[in-house]
This record gives sequence, C-alpha cells and structure tokens, in this order.
Amino acid sequence: MQFHRPETLEAALHLMAGQPVRILAGGTDFFPALGGRTATDPVIDLSRIKGLNGISKSGGVWRFGATTTWSEIRDANLPAQFLALQQAAREVGSIQIQNAGTIAGNLCNASPAADGVPPLLALDAEVEIAGPAGTRVLPLDQFITGVRRTALQPGEMVTAVLVPDWPACHSAFLKLGARRYLVISIAMVAAVVECANDGTFTYVAVSVGSCSAVAQRLTAVEQTLNGARAEPDAIRACLEKADLSPLTPIDDVRASADYRLAAARELIARAVLMAAEEGN
Amino acid sequence: MALADMDDMQGVTFRLNGQAVRVDGPPAERLSYALRERAGAKDVKVGCDAGDCGACTVLIDGNPVCACTTALGQVEGAAVETQAGLAKDDEIGKALADSFQRHQAAQCGICTPGMMVSAVGLLRQQDAPSEEAVMDALGGVLCRCTGYRKIIDAVMDVGARAETPVGGVGVPMARIDGLPKVSGTERFGDDVAPEDALTLRVVRSPYHHATFELGDLDAYKAATGLDLVLTAKDVPGTNCFGVIPGFEDQPMFAEGETLFKGEAVAAIVGPADLVNGLELADFPVTFEPLPHALLPKEAAGIADLHQGRAQNVMCRGFVKRGEAEAAMTEAAVIAEGSFSTGFIEHGYIEPEAAFAQRVGDRIEVHCCTQAPVMNKEGLAVLLGLPKDAIRIVPTAVGGGFGSKLDLTTQPYVALAAWLLDRPVRITYSRTESISTSTKRHPSEITMRIGADADGNIVAAEFDGTFNTGAYASWGPTVANRVPIHASGPYKTPNYVARSAGIHTNTAPSGAFRGFGVPQSALAQEPLYDDLANALDIDRLEFRRRNALRNGDPTVTGQVFENGMGIADCFDILEDHWKRAVADAEAFNSKGGRIRRGVGIAGGWYGCGNTSMSNPSTIRAGVAADGRVVLHQGATDIGQGSNTVITQIFATALGVPVTTIELIGPDTDLTPDAGKTSASRQTFITGNAARLCGEALRARILRLANVSDAAELEFGAGEIRIADATGEHRIALSSLAADGEAYVLEAVESYDPPTLPLDENGQGSPYAVFGTTAQMAELEVDLALGTVKLLKITAAHDVGKAINPLLVEGQVQGGVAQGIGLALMEEFLPGRTENLHDYLIPTIGDVPPIETLILETGDEHGPYGAKGLGEHCLIPTAPAILNAIKDACGARVSHLPATPDKVLAAIRAGRDA
Repeated sequence: MQFHRPETLEAALHLMAGQPVRILAGGTDFFPALGGRTATDPVIDLSRIKGLNGISKSGGVWRFGATTTWSEIRDANLPAQFLALQQAAREVGSIQIQNAGTIAGNLCNASPAADGVPPLLALDAEVEIAGPAGTRVLPLDQFITGVRRTALQPGEMVTAVLVPDWPACHSAFLKLGARRYLVISIAMVAAVVECANDGTFTYVAVSVGSCSAVAQRLTAVEQTLNGARAEPDAIRACLEKADLSPLTPIDDVRASADYRLAAARELIARAVLMAAEEGN
Repeated sequence: MALADMDDMQGVTFRLNGQAVRVDGPPAERLSYALRERAGAKDVKVGCDAGDCGACTVLIDGNPVCACTTALGQVEGAAVETQAGLAKDDEIGKALADSFQRHQAAQCGICTPGMMVSAVGLLRQQDAPSEEAVMDALGGVLCRCTGYRKIIDAVMDVGARAETPVGGVGVPMARIDGLPKVSGTERFGDDVAPEDALTLRVVRSPYHHATFELGDLDAYKAATGLDLVLTAKDVPGTNCFGVIPGFEDQPMFAEGETLFKGEAVAAIVGPADLVNGLELADFPVTFEPLPHALLPKEAAGIADLHQGRAQNVMCRGFVKRGEAEAAMTEAAVIAEGSFSTGFIEHGYIEPEAAFAQRVGDRIEVHCCTQAPVMNKEGLAVLLGLPKDAIRIVPTAVGGGFGSKLDLTTQPYVALAAWLLDRPVRITYSRTESISTSTKRHPSEITMRIGADADGNIVAAEFDGTFNTGAYASWGPTVANRVPIHASGPYKTPNYVARSAGIHTNTAPSGAFRGFGVPQSALAQEPLYDDLANALDIDRLEFRRRNALRNGDPTVTGQVFENGMGIADCFDILEDHWKRAVADAEAFNSKGGRIRRGVGIAGGWYGCGNTSMSNPSTIRAGVAADGRVVLHQGATDIGQGSNTVITQIFATALGVPVTTIELIGPDTDLTPDAGKTSASRQTFITGNAARLCGEALRARILRLANVSDAAELEFGAGEIRIADATGEHRIALSSLAADGEAYVLEAVESYDPPTLPLDENGQGSPYAVFGTTAQMAELEVDLALGTVKLLKITAAHDVGKAINPLLVEGQVQGGVAQGIGLALMEEFLPGRTENLHDYLIPTIGDVPPIETLILETGDEHGPYGAKGLGEHCLIPTAPAILNAIKDACGARVSHLPATPDKVLAAIRAGRDA
C-alpha cells in the first residue's frame, strides 16, 4: 500500500491525477468508514500541506483553509458573524474529534447532520476546489448535492471555504441531541442577523440541519423575519406560521419526522433571538 | 513520476512517551492498532474504532485525539504520549493517577487511559479548571461504570495531597487493584495474548433468520492461506451451550439455520495481518432468508425456534398471594397502565476478548469474564473434554454488567488453539459485540394496583411479556425473578403476577443488572404516583405508608424479622424531598417554557440465585515464610470484589489489609466463588471469606492456646501473637505442611439459606433483600421535550457498608445506567450497532448524585452487609419518569423518553 504526505498542493494534485486515491486529513470520517480494515488503496494525507491550513481575511473574504480543524476555528479570535460557526465547532463530537476533524472534511463527508454546514450555509459560504482543470468556486448549497454526495469530480479536492466579511452581523447556533456530548443531532439551526438601530432586523439568514438530506436555508422564513422587531414575541409570531417546506425530515432512531419539524421551528425562534441578543 | 515513487513511507519514527521509536507497519493503519500491537503500548485501549468512545485517546504534540482515527503515518516526527508514560513521568500525570486512585475514579479501568490522557491535556492548559471545563475536556470519553462524578472530582482535586485510609470492614479505602488501572499497566482481555498468537474472526449471518449452505471450505482455506476454518462439524463435544440447566440451547456454530442477525456460522484463523485483511463477505456461505419475528407479538406467527417451546414461549413465571381480583373490587382507587422498554445494551467499553493456548492435554483460556467456573463447565461440554482439562484465567474485565457471564469468544479460540496447538486470540469489534452479545430483555407490561381510601395497597395484578431473543441465556431467571419483585418493596396482601419469556429472532436477552426488576419497577412506581395523586397523599408518604417492615410478609410470603430497610430509605430522603418539592414550586411559579419536577421511586432486589443453591468457596493459607495468601475467585469487573473480599477476610482474621497477598481469580488456583452477578459477591463470597478468615484465626489461636482477644502479626517465618498473657510466637517452619503450598490452610464455603417456591410462587427465594429509594430533580423544556437532570439523591440500605467509597461508586454507576435506560438507550437489531447510534450517557448527562448510605444490618450478611450492584439502577428510571410527569404532566410509558416522546406526551396531555 502507498501512503503519501505531500507538502504542497501541487504535489497532492499530481498524486491524485488519474488514479483512485483516498484523501485523509483529520481521519475522523476516514477510519469509521473502513470498519476494522486498513485501507489498501493509495492514501494521500493532506495534513502536511501548510497552505491548506489556517484562517485569514483578504479583500472582504474570509478564507478557512481546508484542513483547519474545529479546535482552531473554536479558539480563533473571529468577529461576531462567526459565533455560530464557533458554537458549532464546540459541538462537533468531542475535543478529540475537534482536534483532528477539519472544516473541509465535514463538508466532503456530506452527512445530513454535519455540524458545520448550517452555520456556513447561513454565512453564504463558498467552496474553493482545486483539480486538474485548475481552481473553481461553488456556493456551498451547490457543493453538497445529497446524502454523502458532493460536486467533487475525480482528481479534485477542496482547498478552502470562503466566507464574505459581514462585520455588522451576529450569529447563533443551536444543536439538539439526545445527550450532551458525542451526539448526532436531531435538529440544528444557525441564524445570522443584522439589526438596525430601531431594533428591527435588516438581514436574517436561517439554516436548518438534520431535517433534510442536505441542510437547508429557509428563505421564506428569512423574508418573514426581515423587518420584524428583534424581540421574542415578534420573532415567535413570525415563526408560528412560517413556511418550513424546504425541510423534509425523516423518522429515524433519533426522532420522528413530526418532532423534527416542531423542534426546528422552536430552535429557529431561539437561535434568531440569541443572534439578535448577541448584537445588543 | 509514478505514484509509487513518491513518499511511500517505510517505517514511521516518532517519540512515544519521550522515547524515540520506529514502528514498521502500514502507515495507513490505525495508530491505536500500531501502538498496541507493534509498539507494545497496551495502555491505549480500543473500544469502538470509530472515535465514539475515546478510550484510545493519546496526546499528539500535546493535543488529545483518538488514536483509532489517526493514521500511523500521520505521527511521523510527532510526540505521542499515552497514559502509561504520563502516569510514570509527567508531574500532572502522576498527580492525576494519585487523585484518580484516591477518589475511586477508576472502577473497571478500561476508560481510565482515555480519561486521564484527556485530563492531562486540559490540566496543561488550566491548572484549576471549572466543572464545565472538565466536562468539555472529558466529554469525548465514555465510561459505563462510574457515572463520571468521581472522575470529575478527581480531575478538580488533582493538586490536593490527602491521605488515603487503608483498613478492613467499614474503611473507605481505595481499591486494592487500583494502581495498575491508573498507571496504565492493567491488562484486559485484548492485552494478554502472546506475540505469536494467531487471530480468529467469526463469520456471522447477516439475516435475522435464515438457512445457509457452506461452500468449498478447503478451496477457500487454500486460496486465502488461512491456518484453519472452523464450522459446526469441527465441534468435538456437544454443539450447545447455555447458563440455566435444561435451557442449554445455543450452538457455538449454527447448523444449517441461523436464528438471529450475527449468529456464528464459521470462524477463520490465521496471522493477524492476513485475517484482518479478509472481507468476511467473501467467505463461501450462501444464506436463504426465512420469515422472522423481532417482537413477541410476532413470535406466534413463525415456526417454533426450539423444539418443545410451542408458540415460541420459552417459559413463564407466576406468583400469587391472596385474591387480587376480588380485593381489587374493594379498592377505593385503582391505577393501571401499559408500559414498555426496549433492548438495552450493556455498553461496556471493553469488547469481548480472549486468547487460548493448549498446554499438553489441557486448554487455557485467558478472557474477560464474570463467571470463570461456568465458562469452564460450558467449554468442557463444547470441547468434549473433562472439566479438569480446562483452565480459565480471567483478565481484568473492562465492564460486564451481566453480559460477560455467558460464553462469547471463549469457545472459538479454545477450539482453534486445541486443534492447532498454537495460541489463538480474538477481540470482537464494537459492532460484533453489540449485535451478538446478550441484552436487557425488552418488556411489555400491564399492571393494575388498587388502594383503599387511607392509601393502603389492597391488591396488584401484573402481566409482563419479555422478549428473550433467539436463545434462552438468562431468560428463565428473568421470568422467575420478575413476579417475585414486581410488587416493589411494599406490602401487597393480594397479588398476582404472570410473566412470559418469548423467543424472537434477535440476539439473546440475558443478564443485565437487575434481571428484569428495573423493567417491572417502571410499571409499578409510576402507578404508585397515580394512586398517591388520586388520594391526594404526598408521594413519598404514600410509599412509606406501604413500605414493607420487619415482620411483614412479602408477596411470596417470606418474612424478614430484621434488615427490611425500605422505610428507612424513605425516612432519610424526607428532608431532601421537602426541599426539592419547594424548590420546584418556587421555580415553576415564575412561569416560562422550562418546568421543574421532582420524582421518587423505591426498589428492592433479592441477592443471589432465586431459590437455588449458589455457594461460594474461599481458600486461604499461611506460607512457611509468613505470607498470608487469599485465594479469591470472585471476578472483579470493576465493582470492587478484590477489595471488599480482602477487607472482610482481613477483618475476620484480625490483621491489617496490607498483610494479605491476593491470588486469583484463576480456576487452577482459586476455588469456585460463583459468578459475579445477582449482587451476590459481597454477600455470599464475602461470607465465605469471613468464615475462612475466622477458621484460620481459630486454628492459630488454638496453636498458641490463647483467647480470641489476641492480636496476630505475620512475617519472617513466624506468627507473633499478643494477648494479655504476653507475646507468643509460632515458628512456621516447625509446622507440618497443610496442603500443597501452606503450613496452615483454611477452606470455607457459604451457601445462602433459601427455600423453593411452590406452585403459587410462595416460599423464601432469597436470604436477603437490599432496598433503595431514589429521588430525581429535573427540568423539562415544554417546547422541545428535552430533559435536563439537576440532581439524583440515592438512599441505599446496604446492611453494612464494607467499603463506603465503593458503595458510592456502585450507586453512582448504577444511577448513570438508570439515566440511560430512562432517557436515551434502545438497541434496535441491525440499526443501532455502534456507539454513536446506540447512546449511553456521557459525562455531561449525569448530574450531581448524593448517596445516602443506610446500615440496618442483616441476619445473614458478613458483618451485616447486603448486596448492592443491581439495586442502584432500579429506582433511577422510574424516579426520572415520575419527575417528568411532575414537571409537565406528561407520562412517558414507552421508553426511552427521548425528546420526541416527551414532547408527544406533553401535547397529548394538553389536547386531552
């Protein structure tokens, strides 16, 4: 078997060209997928490529390198728009998983319950992809195409997650599970808001995970909340009849579909309020 | 440039606990495997291979990560630290080991490496972390024994320098076998195989019910290069095992038909790298699925799984006292309901593991087990060997809770090692462990209880159906035990209880802490709340009014003249109860979406086998050099029997605990102390240890011709005996040999006095019952149905606490399992076969637990001690469910009370 630790992106792309390989970064999804076996395909470990790691801002865009770990995101000094992402980072599995698991791995694994996806969706994140034909950028909602499916083509890999700089926004994330740690969520919600001086919302982004094959932005909910007062009663009034139709939850071992919808509605109200209160 | 030319690592060099090492292995291999099998770091434990349990946590360049989700090649050039290195050389690690031992933060010890390594990672960042910070840091490590609270205490108390007491009965000493657990030198089932051992894997059925045909096994063996392929035709003895006489019905390998998903059809044996690399799906076997039943209500619709068990009814249990039906018509109020629970997985962090080697005409099996002598007897039948040809050497056991009583891995490695004359090892994967080991019986219960206007119970009727799975295992025990216990520890003059164990196409249900009693308490205790509320009597007072007292007959007509301590348990809870009820009222008066509730429940459990002989024997000797050696055969699965039995023996002999040298368990070296189950070791083996210590003491006193007031001191080839007449010395070299190894030896047995039950279940099934009452305080989120536990207060009458520290450990661990039963756990065959879909409580799910120890004594127990292991979890789940109802009016009758079920119950109540 082959195990490669390239130190540059170019070397990694070269190794990937024309051959089936397994990409390894944090390993937190790589190994569970193998069961008890050891990989026999060639493995490319990305963790030595310095250019893939770290958080930076340039030209109004935040760049999260593909192998940036959840611990690095959790502990970084980031502006308020990223509080939801940092709260999600804190909820990824456990400290052990946060120390190893990466932001791009969370997206590429494409689990309906990926903790990182709702906050990034609500932040209009884009995915930077490198491959044999060069680099391309896809909106996150076009990158994850289904359960365990992404738009990655053979020979391609994610190099970064890009997020626009929204200095006036605040955010919040809520994860609901049947236990405190190490839990796959029943439902989770991220909210990103901006409030005017008069206490009304001028911008609201809401996304919900674990309630559909791919986490969803709820544009109808966002429109309803836009212009509303950032107060509990007003938020709840907006949500009472809000359209959650992009959500298509299922019954599974964690909860019933009906419950997921009810919980999502409640969590949206709480997350939007939390985000608004962050701004006060 | 070809792919193979670049960067293909040939050997990985890194620092392991400060030493430079080079490990030759596939660089994509899991670091956990490479550390254990190639670098000798057996202190790194493997519980799941999926990042779900954290047992394999190591520090890589200072950061805690799971070694099972890290590739060996990724640590090239890194610094890797493990528990053994930290406990030996790191100042924080050493202090932490000391604190873990002092607080009894390790019970079985299998999660301890992960806990300690994670804690060192935290303590290097913060020297005085908050409780929340400790929880966040340790939230990725699962523990099934301790209930986590003592682990939190140990981490937060790491700097303290406190003396640890050491002593006999009544002294809260640290566990005698604790040091290896906190220093990384303990050896569990997967840690003991010699390097040249071959590896065995089991081929299993992927269907709930199927017939199968084997293909060309010789061709498969030749093509793969395996050393051995085993199937049913290779079993030299009778291909059948079990635990209850007359119910041995489970084959080691299925013969043409498999009855549950995961049943063994074959095994393959060869070098580890070969066997682990094979796809078991390629094994030459063809299955043909058959109709299956997963629920008791479906069982009558399929063909009988076992001859002679018509309609798939395995057996029934029955207890009748008075005339329940007639008395019920006189009741002022009646409460009734239907309740159900699902399969509960034991969830020990150590999967089943064993290695076997042939020694001449004998076979030795080293394994994690709760029942070495039963294992020996079962293997003799399967292998067609005399019992004396089999030696079972229990390793440290990384949690058991009932499931490691039954044979699992042992027959396969024993047979392979016997045939090949080479050591053979096996370790179950987590999925294999969950899908094939025994489970707590799912229950479907209907119950009706009536009380008079003064709040006295007049009658109870109980009907329970228990899904016993494909094979009997301990199902008959559950069917028999439940009707005896389903009244709870309360006076119930008119009573009828029926139980049935029904076969289905699932993994066998077996023994799990409580043997069906936790399930029956989940019907009886909620109904007690309904009765109390209907009569407007305080819920604690209602229970106390009906509590069994000394002299009252139980539902089997048994009368205890002393030691029936349930009323004392309610008494001691009363102040806590009043405080908690007032707190909840004050909180709820503020309104809002969060409501607080308080619940209470009682419980009891008869220690030892039901109306059956179950003796324990203890042997001890004084060697010619003055050593006092205790042959202790009770397996310590974390509960503390090594410590408790030694404390009892030392007290009986009249010497300090430190005088005693402990041997065993080992079926060649220790007499039969029975199985570690049914809360029997402290009571029964403890009594044997007391008798043995007393007998040895009596012999010594006779030799010296002194009174019982004399004090003994052993050492340097003599016994020094001091009494009022002065000091006497017995030169041990002057004594003739007594047995093979000693100059003075004593062997004593104890079998608890019980009487058989008659056709109405009347009789004296147990020599002693232990009793408990627990109280839960919690908050329910009315909009989400989530439950947040605030506190559990647990009162336990243990007769006499041999070791109060270990009592607290048992209580806290049992409560944590009760929390899991109440709120999150359910095994669904084929669906929740890992530790991220099957949820057990994490460190953030167990609230503070206050343990109130009562010592009312006991007629039979050693120094008045009763058993405790099972009792701890019996009242927890019903207390939680009663608290949920108190908080929000919602009765969840079908467990687990996950948020969706709680919310549905809240809405059903609101709409009703």
